[in-house]
Amino acid sequence: MNIDKKITHDLVANDISFVTTVPCKQLAGVIEEIDNHDEIFHIPSNKEDEGMGLCAGAWMGGKRPAIIMQNTAIGVTINTLATLIQYYRMPLPMLISYRGELREPVACQVEMAVHTKALLAQMNIPTYHFHKQSDVEELDMILKYTFMCNKPVAILTDANFWGGYGDQ
Amino acid sequence: MIRSEILKEIAPILRDQLVVCNIGIPSQELHAIDDQPTNFYMLGTMGLSSSIGLGLALAQDKTVISIDGDGSVLTNLCTLPTIANNVADNYILMIIDNGSYGSTGDQPTYTGKKTSLAGMARAAGCDNVVEVMDVDTGPALEKAIAEQKMTVMVVKCDSGNAKMPVITMDPVVIKDRFMKAVTA
Repeated sequence: MNIDKKITHDLVANDISFVTTVPCKQLAGVIEEIDNHDEIFHIPSNKEDEGMGLCAGAWMGGKRPAIIMQNTAIGVTINTLATLIQYYRMPLPMLISYRGELREPVACQVEMAVHTKALLAQMNIPTYHFHKQSDVEELDMILKYTFMCNKPVAILTDANFWGGYGDQ
Repeated sequence: MIRSEILKEIAPILRDQLVVCNIGIPSQELHAIDDQPTNFYMLGTMGLSSSIGLGLALAQDKTVISIDGDGSVLTNLCTLPTIANNVADNYILMIIDNGSYGSTGDQPTYTGKKTSLAGMARAAGCDNVVEVMDVDTGPALEKAIAEQKMTVMVVKCDSGNAKMPVITMDPVVIKDRFMKAVTA
C-alpha cells in the first residue's frame, strides 16, 4: 500500500469523517485519495485557522475531524490552537507537510522550519516526525492517542518521508 | 437599536436553535439575556464564529445560527467563499453589522464606510443573502429558519454595548453542555 492510501486508510479506520485541507505539493496525493473516499467529507479551507474553526464545529456536531496543512500554518494558527482547540479541550489530528527540512529546494521554507518544533513544544502539542516511509506505521496509534487525550496533535511529514521533490 | 436590544428581541427565537455566538460582548450579552445549553459561547478566537457554525451545520441536521459581527467577519473574510461553496441548508450566518469593533471601544470598521458585507457575500457566491434593518431582525430570522435554505443575514444596527458581566463558565463546561444539547 502506498503512503497516500495508508494514511487515508488509517483516517477512515479511526472514524475520521471530516477533513479540511490547505494544500501542499507533498500532500497532493493524500488529498486526492481522500476525495476518492465517500466516508470522508472533504472541505478545503482558505486559511488554516478557518479550517480549525470548521473542525471544532464538526467535532461538536459529532464527527471526528482532521486538518491537513503545511508547517507554515503553525505561524497562522497559534491563537486558534490556544484559545479554541486547547482551551475547549478538543481533539485535532494535524497532518503537516514539514517544508524546509532535508531535500527542500526553497530556501525561504527553512525560515519557518527552524521554528516549527520549538513553537509546537512551546504549545505543549504532542509532536511526531515522519522522516522514513516506515514511520507511517505509527499513524494509527497517533490517531487513537489524539482522540484518547482530546488534544491537538502534530504529525510532521518531511520531504524524505514523501520521497523527495524529484529533479527540482 | 443596538445589538443587545436585537438579542433581547430575538432571544425567544434563538432559544430553540443551536447558536454559535461571537467572542466578547456579543457572547456576554446573549449569556446575560438568555443563557441556554444550546448556546456555544466563544471566549476567544476572533473571527471563527462563522467557521465553527458551518462545521457544526455540515456535521449534523439541526439548524445552526452563527451570530457574528462585522469586525469579526472582516478578520476572517475567507469564510464567505467556503460557506458559498459548501452549502448547508441548516445554516444561518447572522452578521450583526454595527459598523464598529464593539468589544474594544466602538472603533469604526470599514462596513460603516464604503464596504458592504452583503455585497461581499454575494460576490463570494452565497446564493441567499439578505440585508435587514435592526427592527426587522426577528421576522427575517424566523423566515430564514422556516425556509431551511442556507442564509447569510446582514443586520444593520447602531453601534453600542450593554454593560454585562464577563462569562466565567469554564470553556470545557460550555462545550460539554453544548455537545449534549446537540445530541439531545
